[in-house]
Amino acid sequence: MRDAFVRVLTEEMERNDRIALITGDLGFGVLRPLWERFPERMINAGIAEQGMVSMAAGLAATGRTVIVYSIGNFPTLRPLEQIRNDCAYHGADVKIVCVGGGFVYGSLGMSHHATEDMSVMRAIPEITCFTPGDPAETEAVTREMLRRRGTCYLRLGRGNEPKVHVSEVKNWVFPKALTLREGTDIALLSAGGILTQAMDAAQRLEAKGISAKVISFACLKPLDGETVREVLAGFRGLVTVEENTVTGGFGSAVCEIAAEEGSGCRVRRVGLRDCFATVVGDQQYLRQTYEMDGAAIAAAAEALMNEK
Amino acid sequence: MESYEARIHSGFPEGKPDVSDPRVLAWLIRRSGLEMTHLSRGSHIGSVLSVAEIIAVLYTSVLNVDPKNPKKPDRDRLILSKGHAGSAVYTALAETGFFPVEQLKTHYANGSSLSGHVSHKGVPGVEVSTGALGHGLGIGVGMALGAKMDGADWRTYVVLGDGECDEGAVWESALQAAQYGLDRLTAVVDYNHMQSLTTVEKTLKLEPFEEKWRDFGWRAESIDGHDTESLKAAFARAKENAGSGKPYVILAHTVKGKGVSFMENNILWHYRTPQGDEYEAALKELEALRP
Repeated sequence: MRDAFVRVLTEEMERNDRIALITGDLGFGVLRPLWERFPERMINAGIAEQGMVSMAAGLAATGRTVIVYSIGNFPTLRPLEQIRNDCAYHGADVKIVCVGGGFVYGSLGMSHHATEDMSVMRAIPEITCFTPGDPAETEAVTREMLRRRGTCYLRLGRGNEPKVHVSEVKNWVFPKALTLREGTDIALLSAGGILTQAMDAAQRLEAKGISAKVISFACLKPLDGETVREVLAGFRGLVTVEENTVTGGFGSAVCEIAAEEGSGCRVRRVGLRDCFATVVGDQQYLRQTYEMDGAAIAAAAEALMNEK
Repeated sequence: MESYEARIHSGFPEGKPDVSDPRVLAWLIRRSGLEMTHLSRGSHIGSVLSVAEIIAVLYTSVLNVDPKNPKKPDRDRLILSKGHAGSAVYTALAETGFFPVEQLKTHYANGSSLSGHVSHKGVPGVEVSTGALGHGLGIGVGMALGAKMDGADWRTYVVLGDGECDEGAVWESALQAAQYGLDRLTAVVDYNHMQSLTTVEKTLKLEPFEEKWRDFGWRAESIDGHDTESLKAAFARAKENAGSGKPYVILAHTVKGKGVSFMENNILWHYRTPQGDEYEAALKELEALRP
């Protein structure tokens, strides 16, 4: 996803000389092509994220689209008030980009687990939040984000994720959710890079004779409520999947609609259950330990199917 | 009933103060600050009284701004980072023609645009909303950097509080401004030596303050922040600083509550609102100071 983002950004910076990028002293290898190509529009803010985000708001006020690039919680939780007051309140054209959403930096420990950012960023008004599920979705939402004015949040995974979409996501209509797999018995609604696990779960369910639909919400906010309502009307059960706390994030957003709709569709949320990941391990190991890998999602779906 | 404007302007020849004189504008900032906090039962009158000359000199003698065209691209940018002194900027803007003076009476009021901490929403001439401390310098760094990238001549001014300099973000931004060589960025610290609970010295010491800024790569000077001529001269030096490759900071030594004897250097008046006898006594003292 990271590489897809940099590829699209390079193209867009080539076309538009009013795009600048500020990094919080990160992205050594990843951003190198941009440093070489656009040295005058690349700014290293140092390890000073609060100053970085205020600066981004000020720079945007001079008629620029400003990308703020960092990893994990550093571009979100650390300068949260600067995002809220300086960027969102002013409608600043600042795009906060996080590499390493969820457990990407699993073994580095709790400080590097971005597992509340979706909930926190979603709560702030006037921020559009993108949560692409694979490199193809990343390309589509990055283009959309750079077309839109105003403050946005883009939550990426790492580099070299597998593609889930078999081809490019063409003509994506903001903020529509994308169906990856049709199914009739249960729906798996996913937001972010954990999409691979939702797909894996669908395969496991298929082996058990359960037909699961998989939908990726590449835009967390505004959420595609129309698609959620269609699922609520068409299925007896749905499972939300996110590499984020189940408190206030994607699953919560779906539940808000479900509660207001009052449909008979039952919901289960897969995600981190209001705890810190204290076990040491890589991304997949932590997904498994904290019950959000393909097997755990399939188990949650199956349990839901078996409920009366 | 007498209008707000008539009440504030009474005592000037034909009720028309010469707002191009920084001493007159500073007096109006104090007078309106007293009136606005009185009417609204609002707070921070001490800060408004300390920052009065700084804001008055900026609007009369320094800033290239146009009340008829508040968004003109080559305007200078002013950020009041100590947003709690918002009524000082509101007064300067109203008195210099950005919006009607009469509107000042809506400060804090239900449905008004004039929030206690300075807001840009619906207020012509205000660049950014502040109130949480430690944000303004960073925004100013971004603006000055943008101007530099565009090769533009306009300048960025940021007014900070001394207590605000407790915030780590101020020093992140100070490092960044120096790193990018933002020599068209000028910071002014309203150094009134008092903050919310007690003095700066008893809270987090800032001295040696000039040296701190110099060590962070800035040019720094200290002046009497109530002397309009000293302020003008300092801003002129800051202007000449363009080309030096260094940002410029003016440490303007001021007195919190300046102009009202019982408010001066009295921590009570960070939050206390002037009512009853206190309001009348403060008004009497200010009237005696009318230029």
